[in-house]
Amino acid sequence: MSVRVVLLSHSADVARGVADLAGQMASTATVVPVGGTADGRLGTDADALEAAVGAGLDAGEEVAVLVDLGSAVLTARTVLADLPDVAAVALVDAPFVEGAVAAVVTASTGAGLAEVVAQAELARDLRKG
Amino acid sequence: MGRVSPALTAAGVRDWLQRFATAVDTHASDLTDLDRPIGDSDHGVNLQRGMHAVLAALDAAEPATPGAALVKAGSTLVSTVGGASGPLLGTLLRRTGKALGDAESADGPAFAAALRAGLDAVVALGGAHVGDATLVDALAPAVEALEAGGSAQEAADAAARGAASTDELVARKGRASYLGERGIGQRDPGAASIALLIAALTEDAS
Repeated sequence: MSVRVVLLSHSADVARGVADLAGQMASTATVVPVGGTADGRLGTDADALEAAVGAGLDAGEEVAVLVDLGSAVLTARTVLADLPDVAAVALVDAPFVEGAVAAVVTASTGAGLAEVVAQAELARDLRKG
Repeated sequence: MGRVSPALTAAGVRDWLQRFATAVDTHASDLTDLDRPIGDSDHGVNLQRGMHAVLAALDAAEPATPGAALVKAGSTLVSTVGGASGPLLGTLLRRTGKALGDAESADGPAFAAALRAGLDAVVALGGAHVGDATLVDALAPAVEALEAGGSAQEAADAAARGAASTDELVARKGRASYLGERGIGQRDPGAASIALLIAALTEDAS
């Protein structure tokens, strides 16, 4: 079962940019950016997240969701709480950019959801100084 | 002033949320001012947009029960607001509505119990407790007042006092927490909004 990586950001540009960056390192993984509101403002769109996650589940994939800031966490928790099959979906506790790269690279190796989540969450401990 | 009892109906929920939407319209710039030092100055306008969508959704769906009306309203807020108030306020209304189930109407104790379920869901979602300078500081005392058999007015007074208490608190959740003690003297915008929501209960009993 392959893992789809969904990137939820307040900004469409951020979601798309991080998806591009991560996808460039692992072109075989499915990366879905979900950014901004339906009417083009900054914010998180619960319906778009639900659609992105649902499309993965419908395709028989597992889904790892990475989020950027504050209310993205609340939006993701709210949407995921409504899903019937939560075992196949995980909200990843990782920094957005580093976690996305780690998740996508790990997913491209054919690893399952638990491994993708574990590798992405290791990105939390990357020191930069 | 009206009590929540004896019977909050689907039409009563619509009237309640209409009064709340009107209050949000009236206070949008105040709410946005509260959001300015600590947020992105969009709380008022976001909530305005969300509540206009809620009223449109209720008019289109015409839910038959107060529970269904609240679930519809909450789901609409989650999908239209875009900021933290969407999932938080949306979860409050949705879980309150789900707790009411299929009942045609809700009396005072049933409404108080349902609002408690909504409060619990908000706490589970956001992780905030009384004293963290969030909407929970306004909502929890209002729920307690209703559970004690208090009138809607007493609940509104409790919510207003709770919102005012956030002025002197150091925020421990959300973006305001980045400010630390520099946030003292600032009312939490979410708590201010909840005070308006509970105050909007007061003019309707049926």
